[in-house]
Amino acid sequence: MRNSKVVSLEEAVKRSGLKDGMTISFHHHFRGGDKVVNLVVDKLAQMGFKDLKLAASSLSDVHKPLIEHIKNGVISGISTSGLRGDLADAISHGLMKEPVVFRSHGGRGSAIAKGELKIDVAFLGASSADELGNACGYSRSENAKSICGSLGYALPDARYAKHVVVITDDLVAYPNMPMSISAADVESVVVVDSVGDSSKISSGAIRDSKNPRDILLAKQAAKVIINSGYFKDGFSIQTGTGGASLAAVKYIREEMLSRGIKASFALGGITAHMVKLHEEGLIGKLIDVQSFDKVAAESIKDDPMHQEVSAVEYASGEHPGSATHALDIVILSALEVDTDFNVNVLVGSDGIIRGAIGGHQDTAADSALSIIVCPLLRGRIPCVVPHVTTLITPGKSVDVVVTEYGIAVNPARPEIAEKLKEAGLNIVDIKDLAAKAKSIIGTPDPLPFGDKVVGIVMNRDGSVLDKIYNILQ
Amino acid sequence: MKEAIAGTLESGDIMVTVGPGKGLEIELQSSVAAQFGRQIKAVITETLEGLGIEDAHVQAIDKGAIDCTIRARVTAAAVRATGKDVWKD
Repeated sequence: MRNSKVVSLEEAVKRSGLKDGMTISFHHHFRGGDKVVNLVVDKLAQMGFKDLKLAASSLSDVHKPLIEHIKNGVISGISTSGLRGDLADAISHGLMKEPVVFRSHGGRGSAIAKGELKIDVAFLGASSADELGNACGYSRSENAKSICGSLGYALPDARYAKHVVVITDDLVAYPNMPMSISAADVESVVVVDSVGDSSKISSGAIRDSKNPRDILLAKQAAKVIINSGYFKDGFSIQTGTGGASLAAVKYIREEMLSRGIKASFALGGITAHMVKLHEEGLIGKLIDVQSFDKVAAESIKDDPMHQEVSAVEYASGEHPGSATHALDIVILSALEVDTDFNVNVLVGSDGIIRGAIGGHQDTAADSALSIIVCPLLRGRIPCVVPHVTTLITPGKSVDVVVTEYGIAVNPARPEIAEKLKEAGLNIVDIKDLAAKAKSIIGTPDPLPFGDKVVGIVMNRDGSVLDKIYNILQ
Repeated sequence: MKEAIAGTLESGDIMVTVGPGKGLEIELQSSVAAQFGRQIKAVITETLEGLGIEDAHVQAIDKGAIDCTIRARVTAAAVRATGKDVWKD
């Protein structure tokens, strides 16, 4: 067609004006199945680029090849929501000269919108695109090769990056409608064999648990919600990716059916569980920044009441219209919670980065009721501790902590503690939970941290919350 | 004393091999070594000394076991290694 923007990846890079030292960006909607980051960075390395800053919405195990690109000087800076696997391990041990900057999803959206995170060239994978760059996380053509559903984390990049390259594995006839990324924002379109393995979207953090302890935690979390005062017709809810928080949805569903209560919307990472409740009529609408499995990705394609949102509209702290401000209840997981209700979801108790901030900070801060679900111990690792290894979500935004040894309520929310006590739930002091953990496992020796800063944790407003130091062992 | 094993490599367990040695030699691999290595070795030592064993080579592969599990596995490995049934005797 006239004005086609389709070019090779190399040509797209040349056209973009990319130079050493500039910032490139990516989304992580294919999660563990992503192929775009490695493909593009390999090409940039071949083309001789150095000192690039990689601004990803998140990174996972599959991005291990970045280790070599960091060693070779192709990549000299990273900002992301999370890190996992060998890349996380190497960075925790001090691989990079510059610390990695960690932001929440809402925080990243805000930083891009405000110009604090300036993107020179965005490389955005899409499951369909036309020759002008109208792009989408699914495809309606017969040649569809991949599906990731929502492109919510890519939308701020598409809108604010100086130059946008859409990379697709299904070039479809113009106009690709409805589109997520508009051709108006796109400079080049690159066609590749595969942008991602859709079967691996639900890998990484997401587990569907049969673990009896997770089920116990899920039942307790459901009881907290049901008796919190927020469980009434028209409520809204978001769940994190932990096994227990996903399982809690099942028990809430039973109670919704028996009491005839319906939710107005579910928000965030949308899973098959939420789609099921929506299709049953129990949840009116789905607001989807990230489709967590194939069922959710198919649903956003087919269901007009399942709406994609950008990271800014989802969870920006400064955008008054962002959806988290309308959220009633969020269930989240944690690696550690401390006696001040501070939460760590990023750095393991061995000092190695093994997670992601995700929407944790955003939803905990903006929701009316935030519930953290975690076991007291994972093996010998305590989850309720005197002080979190790394501060990710400040305790003032955390309301309830559910463990198998009892439920702790933030002293700032006495009315919730009162309601839960009346319902016969086992309400305990969070200091007693930490003491219980200590009585079983003893006092851990301090972690052998060095003095090099390997990570900086940003709060969603752009201030620095904490620093992560290199681990020596 | 012969060489004997108790425990598994499941998460939350510890696999302990007790065999002949001079003095108590403990080789520990642990997923929580940085924070709990010292305590785990102390529990292994106390358990063996409590059984009257002062000479043994111990290899322990720990997957985050808590102290009561460590004691149970060390005791079982020691009973198998020495043939002395501490539960019966």
